[in-house]
Amino acid sequence: MTVKTPSKLEKILAAGHLAVTSECGPPRGSDLEVITRKANMIKDFVDAINITDNQTSVTRLCSLAACIQLKLMGLEPILQMVTRDRNRIALQSDILGAASFDINNILCLSGDHQSFGDCAQGQNVHDIDSMQLIQIVRYMRDEGKFIGGDDIARPPKMFVGAAANPFADPFEIRVPRLAKKIEAGVEFIQTQCIYNLDKFEEWMKLARERGLNKKVSILAGVTPFKSAGMAKYMKNRVPGMDVPDELIKRMSDTPKEKQPEEGINICVESMERLKEVEGVRGFHIMAIEWEEKVPEIVERVGLYPRPKVE
Amino acid sequence: MQYPSNIIIIRVPCTGKVDILHILRAFERGVDGVYAVGCVEGDCHFNSGNLRARKRFEQAQKILDAIKIGGERAQMYNLSSGEGPLFAQIAVEMDERIKRLGPNPIKLVKRGRFAKVSQKEGRIL
Amino acid sequence: MIIADKKSIEEIIEEIKDYNKILILGCNECVTVCEAGGKKEVEILASALRMYFLNKGREVKIDEVTLERQCDHEYLEEIRDVVDQYDSIVSLACGVGVQFTAEQYHSTPIYPGVNTCFLGATEKRGLWTERCQACGQCVLARTGGICPISRCAKRILNGPCGGSTKGKCEINKEIDCAWQLIIDRLKALGRIDEYEKLFPLKDWSTDRAGGPRKVVREDLQI
Repeated sequence: MTVKTPSKLEKILAAGHLAVTSECGPPRGSDLEVITRKANMIKDFVDAINITDNQTSVTRLCSLAACIQLKLMGLEPILQMVTRDRNRIALQSDILGAASFDINNILCLSGDHQSFGDCAQGQNVHDIDSMQLIQIVRYMRDEGKFIGGDDIARPPKMFVGAAANPFADPFEIRVPRLAKKIEAGVEFIQTQCIYNLDKFEEWMKLARERGLNKKVSILAGVTPFKSAGMAKYMKNRVPGMDVPDELIKRMSDTPKEKQPEEGINICVESMERLKEVEGVRGFHIMAIEWEEKVPEIVERVGLYPRPKVE
Repeated sequence: MQYPSNIIIIRVPCTGKVDILHILRAFERGVDGVYAVGCVEGDCHFNSGNLRARKRFEQAQKILDAIKIGGERAQMYNLSSGEGPLFAQIAVEMDERIKRLGPNPIKLVKRGRFAKVSQKEGRIL
Repeated sequence: MIIADKKSIEEIIEEIKDYNKILILGCNECVTVCEAGGKKEVEILASALRMYFLNKGREVKIDEVTLERQCDHEYLEEIRDVVDQYDSIVSLACGVGVQFTAEQYHSTPIYPGVNTCFLGATEKRGLWTERCQACGQCVLARTGGICPISRCAKRILNGPCGGSTKGKCEINKEIDCAWQLIIDRLKALGRIDEYEKLFPLKDWSTDRAGGPRKVVREDLQI
């Protein structure tokens, strides 16, 4: 399979391996130490690291700066970019900023509404949506032009990704939506964290029926529960999340001090089952504030050591 | 049936006929308190007239509080037509409330300013 | 129509408390329908303000006039002969009417009595909801008559986003997800396959972003 960019993630997928990515949230300050520390914890266990972009609309150090830091550490960043905060000028500009440091992966998102965050009174931009952002990055890369039509000197060479949520409503258009993103030019997908494996398998089946798994690399998102409380929170308070009651029960029935361990067990079991699902090309491990568990998870599912690519 | 003599009764076919402007303009003219007695909620002869009246009294209370006249001066009561003693009780309660709150400040201003006029009319506005 | 909501009495008082001859000017159109600034609301505000001032020991002249609308010169002319009797106007018209009145009566201070909220419709008495953002390039033909720009919190043109839950928006369970509505409508119209067509980038230059807008009809101008 030919690769179109220098992206390490693209190369790993092209070589037929299961890819592993994870993510880091930037600090609420200007000290990059936390990024350095977390990245060092997980760097040998993942192929690429997402840096979130003001997630849940809480103002943080920008994704681009943290991605540059990862690049300077010799690691592979995935720049998450939301359309909530920037217009098309700023988005193209930041893409070039990333490209100037040879950041080769981008994840195009709409972004959570600002009412969830610390600046609920602010404007939102939404000049374009995530699907149009995918088109823009592909255009800048493949045509070497700005969307205004002028040539770009040294165009970006980015591997383009997006999110997919098989669990949001309405279910019936979740696969057509995936098809739409592929039509827009997306090359890899990271899904929302999967707890309802039956529903995910159903989504994958419908995607396979349309041949979509051959057109895009789907990475299954997983997040280990730290506690029963966290499981309940995710079920009830996070939009677009589907947590089956059996998992809540399993976590609640576990004594408190053993709950973190049980959470990891559930995560590893899910991943073992997901490995067998045709079309799953890897995993995106979102261990929020629990990055130290990523090595253990990757090892237990047999994905360590990570393959080397040129 | 005995009730305080300083209460003027205005009969309406339904409390739903009472408009917010009736309430506000009464206070503008210097009245100390306004209250309506309507049917028990759910039993309104005209369906929801007493509910509309309640909303209007609530709106008037908010306005009267905002301009520091005192929203407590406007009240809505409900009773069924056979409850004569309760009617008298409400009248006494309202009378005591208004006496506690004191005269409508508007009345005092008007009395000070328009003393000649009010004497001619024979009743303090 | 334009939907407005009354400003609080406290806020209005704060603006006009030092005046002595105030005209409360209402409008017989949109603000009447949404019961924020019509003849009735003018009367209520006037009564409340009279009492407020009397309570402060001041007798302030407060008059009530409701025009057919305040966004047309011909109706604003109706107060030309009396406007000099007042030292201020509280206009209960929408932001358009307040400004147009201010333009006509240059030397009379004017204060808004309502907050202009959005373009919307009456769902039932006491409930008005937004339907249009006046973007200048209507896309309703493509979305089965439901507007993603005014009814989607993120104005997404290729929706829904991943936060849509049980047909409701992620920001508030009471707000319908516009894209759920669009999908349901396209299904009912037998056009659900249109869902996969990519919406092109929106030209926002006809929206607020392009600056203050105008419509010129040469054919109507003599």
